[in-house]
Amino acid sequence: MTFQDFLIMRHEIVLVAIAMIVLIAEIFVSEKNRKSIIPIAITLFFINVLFGFCPAHTGQLFGGMYKTGDLQILMKNVLNIGVLIIFIQAVKWLKEPDNMDKVSEYFILIISTVIGMNFMISAGDFLMFYIGLELATIPIAALAAYERYKNRSAEAGIKLILSAALSSGVLLYGISMIYGMTGSIYFDEVGAVFTASSSLHVLGLIFFFAGMAFKISLVPFHLWTADVYEGAPVSITMFLSVISKGAAVFVLFIILTTVFKAVMPMWQDLVVVISILTMTIGNLFAIRQQNLKRFLAFSSIAQAGFILLGILDGTSLGMTSVIYFVLIYIFSNLAAFGVVTIVAQMSGKENINDYNGMYHTNPKLSLTMMLAFFSLAGIPPVAGFFGKFFLFTAAAHQGYYMLVLIAVLNATISLYYYLIVVKAMFINKNETPIAYFKSDFSTKLGLLICVIGIFVIGFASPVYEYINQICLTLP
Amino acid sequence: MNILTLFVIIPTLTVLGILMTKDNKGARVVSAIGMSIQLILGAVLVFWYLGQRNAGVTDTFLLYESHTWFESLNIHYAIGVDGIAVAMIALTCIIIFTGIFASWEVEFLSREFFISLIILATGVFGFFISLDLFTMFLFYEVAVIPMYLLIGIWGSGPKEYSAMKLTLMLMGGSALILVGLLVLYFFSDPIGTNYTFNIIEIAKVQIPIEVQRIFFPMLFVGFGVLGALFPFHTWSPDGHASAPTAVSMLHAGVLMKLGGYGAFRVAVYLMPEAAHEQAWFFLILTTASVVYGAFGAIVQKDLKYINAYSSVSHCGLVLFAVLMMNETAFNGAILQMISHGIMTALFFALIGMIYGRTHTRNVYEMGGLMKIIPVLSVSYVIAGLASLGLPGFSGFVAEMTIFVGAFQNPGTFTTVCTIIAVSSIVITAVYVLRVVGILLLGPIKEHQYHGFGDAKWFERLSTGVLILAIAGVGIAPLWLSNMITDSLQPLVEKISGIL
Repeated sequence: MTFQDFLIMRHEIVLVAIAMIVLIAEIFVSEKNRKSIIPIAITLFFINVLFGFCPAHTGQLFGGMYKTGDLQILMKNVLNIGVLIIFIQAVKWLKEPDNMDKVSEYFILIISTVIGMNFMISAGDFLMFYIGLELATIPIAALAAYERYKNRSAEAGIKLILSAALSSGVLLYGISMIYGMTGSIYFDEVGAVFTASSSLHVLGLIFFFAGMAFKISLVPFHLWTADVYEGAPVSITMFLSVISKGAAVFVLFIILTTVFKAVMPMWQDLVVVISILTMTIGNLFAIRQQNLKRFLAFSSIAQAGFILLGILDGTSLGMTSVIYFVLIYIFSNLAAFGVVTIVAQMSGKENINDYNGMYHTNPKLSLTMMLAFFSLAGIPPVAGFFGKFFLFTAAAHQGYYMLVLIAVLNATISLYYYLIVVKAMFINKNETPIAYFKSDFSTKLGLLICVIGIFVIGFASPVYEYINQICLTLP
Repeated sequence: MNILTLFVIIPTLTVLGILMTKDNKGARVVSAIGMSIQLILGAVLVFWYLGQRNAGVTDTFLLYESHTWFESLNIHYAIGVDGIAVAMIALTCIIIFTGIFASWEVEFLSREFFISLIILATGVFGFFISLDLFTMFLFYEVAVIPMYLLIGIWGSGPKEYSAMKLTLMLMGGSALILVGLLVLYFFSDPIGTNYTFNIIEIAKVQIPIEVQRIFFPMLFVGFGVLGALFPFHTWSPDGHASAPTAVSMLHAGVLMKLGGYGAFRVAVYLMPEAAHEQAWFFLILTTASVVYGAFGAIVQKDLKYINAYSSVSHCGLVLFAVLMMNETAFNGAILQMISHGIMTALFFALIGMIYGRTHTRNVYEMGGLMKIIPVLSVSYVIAGLASLGLPGFSGFVAEMTIFVGAFQNPGTFTTVCTIIAVSSIVITAVYVLRVVGILLLGPIKEHQYHGFGDAKWFERLSTGVLILAIAGVGIAPLWLSNMITDSLQPLVEKISGIL
């Protein structure tokens, strides 16, 4: 293997290098200057994001275990952008005294998760896929328990690791069945011989899907979501709801359309049922929530149901709509979480009732929140409308008009609970609204990026066309 | 640049302008300037359009322009107008212009108020100029959403409930529309290579009748929700009653017309076979709207509720006429949209002004207003007379045309429906005259009423413009109806094959 070949793994190598630099930097930074790790790590990651867009070698390594193409690189870039925003928004939280002693751990763990996701996306066989998946999960459990002095945080960590272990077990069971029937773990070889003829094949597919459903928190495998989201630090919740979910969705799409291409009608049925369940249950539960983190947890479950609509259409149209939607979802959801974070830090309040009358004291934050929610609900002219519309187009492309109808009606339900929060901020009266406060620079920057993203990505068709161009290479 | 695009750009610039202002005064002045320009632009468009037609230009859509937006999905920013769209744009110009002056005295968060109001208007303008279903739908939703904030923040009564109900019902309607649009998209090209959202292109394609049978009702009901189709009209009385003056004006005057216009231009135009087949069912519903709305208005005490139910009745008539599927009835439908738009805007403006003085909207708590505020009262009488269809005002022209068109349809069923619908004219007269009698005539009920001033300059301007428009349409309907008739030809040709 030459050095040139090695560069195919550029995205992962750079991330490993950053993690190492942060780790080493910690040794040289004195106790008092720990803060300086934050800008170093963020700058390095920013460079990584830019670097990701440079033209790269494509091809495969290790006899097909690791594959990368323009599509994989695009997915990694999308995730990178999201992680960068999360880093920026986490700065204020990291600077809290309780967290100062483990700043570098935060960066290293998140970056290793991203490395895991990258390997998962680039996997060419089930083994690499599984290793990537585990690497993407275990550090997150540690991060969920980051504020270990808080019971809630520790509880979230345990819940996450237990449900992740269970889902991995289910997934592995499915993979072992597939291996048993086909005699191979390579995607190409499995895909060539996989049929719906034997029930064990079908069972393998179902177990595999169930394992992935845990990761994406699809109904009925969503039960861990709300508790973990509520207990974990907001920065980690953001990561779970956006990046983890996005990566798992990407991989699910790739595997369903390559390995299980031959049984497409079968998994389409499965996806339709799960999608309806996920949207409906996510929405109905979201209505009842008072805590905004739980609220966003259920709303993100519902959003995952919408994403499945794009997966249904196994063509480039579906792939484009999924990536495009995830990109928009990153900006919208991170904007909403960003506001929740800063409000929780400055006032300690995270219930919807506490937000009553917030527009009169903090108009900019309220507007940001409203835009984010409109984007999540799919209201024009913000980007969410375009994202949802194209997901629906993808599903309609396969003739699922009734499913689209159910989905749009669900979007209306989701609008209801988003409007409840808007109502709290803009309409409800409150004697003691959240007092005015000034946000720090990093929060402002993070929110600004999100708001620009929410406005621009929708109207700017070049973004969509760029994604589409790459997705057209999909087999 | 295309003059039509200006109709979206000017409101957008106005919104940006309001953002620059510091206080209430600045906000309303900027809005007034922006919307005055818009009104002038509207007038220019109307005269330009008439000039082009007189010069013998026969294109279906003038000022047609199409820019690629999302290339791979073949989504375009396609705009163009025919006589119907021009008429609707002119209507919107008038109503947003008067709406700004009717809300001259909004004090609470007035910058936000004007911004939301103008964003709403932007959506409406965009909707009427669009010929691409995607852009059309986008603008449609842009028009619906500011409503929530406008009613929720500046409304009165059970405003939060009304705002939520209105928003959710309209969004539910747009869910049906969205599915219908996707169906149109994927059936727009039988070969399956080059789908399009362009109305002109889709109109050339024969969509299979089996598909139409399922999705025409969706499209029609989806737009019908906004057009207050029975039994999906329930958002309308609550919404209108809770909304602030200008919002009621815009909503009843223009936004409900989006429903009628959409049902006409999208549902019936693109799926005429199913429309013809299923017209009987929807005729029952629309007839119910017409009569039920009128009866509803009789028993209400709140002025706004009376007018809201009357809107249900009048807008029901629009959908009723659209379903009659002949040229005269179509003509009447469009005339009715214009006529009702102006008239109801005048009503709501006056109700707002009266409420601002008496602080009640209950008819029975007021009386003898004619002696105290004669200008407003006379305007109210004019609006009322237009509403009950007195010759010389716009309402007469519209309703007359609709019923003439409806009676042209052979068949006992449509005739029976028409007769029932015609009876609404009598009921309308009952509730209009009842209100006029109690509210304006008779002895003065409250002594403190004497202190009221009559209409201020901005109120006079607002009502004056609207009365002028009512009289204009009533006295000289010919140019308007000519403008509409020309533009109906493509549709009439399209359906002539079916009937």
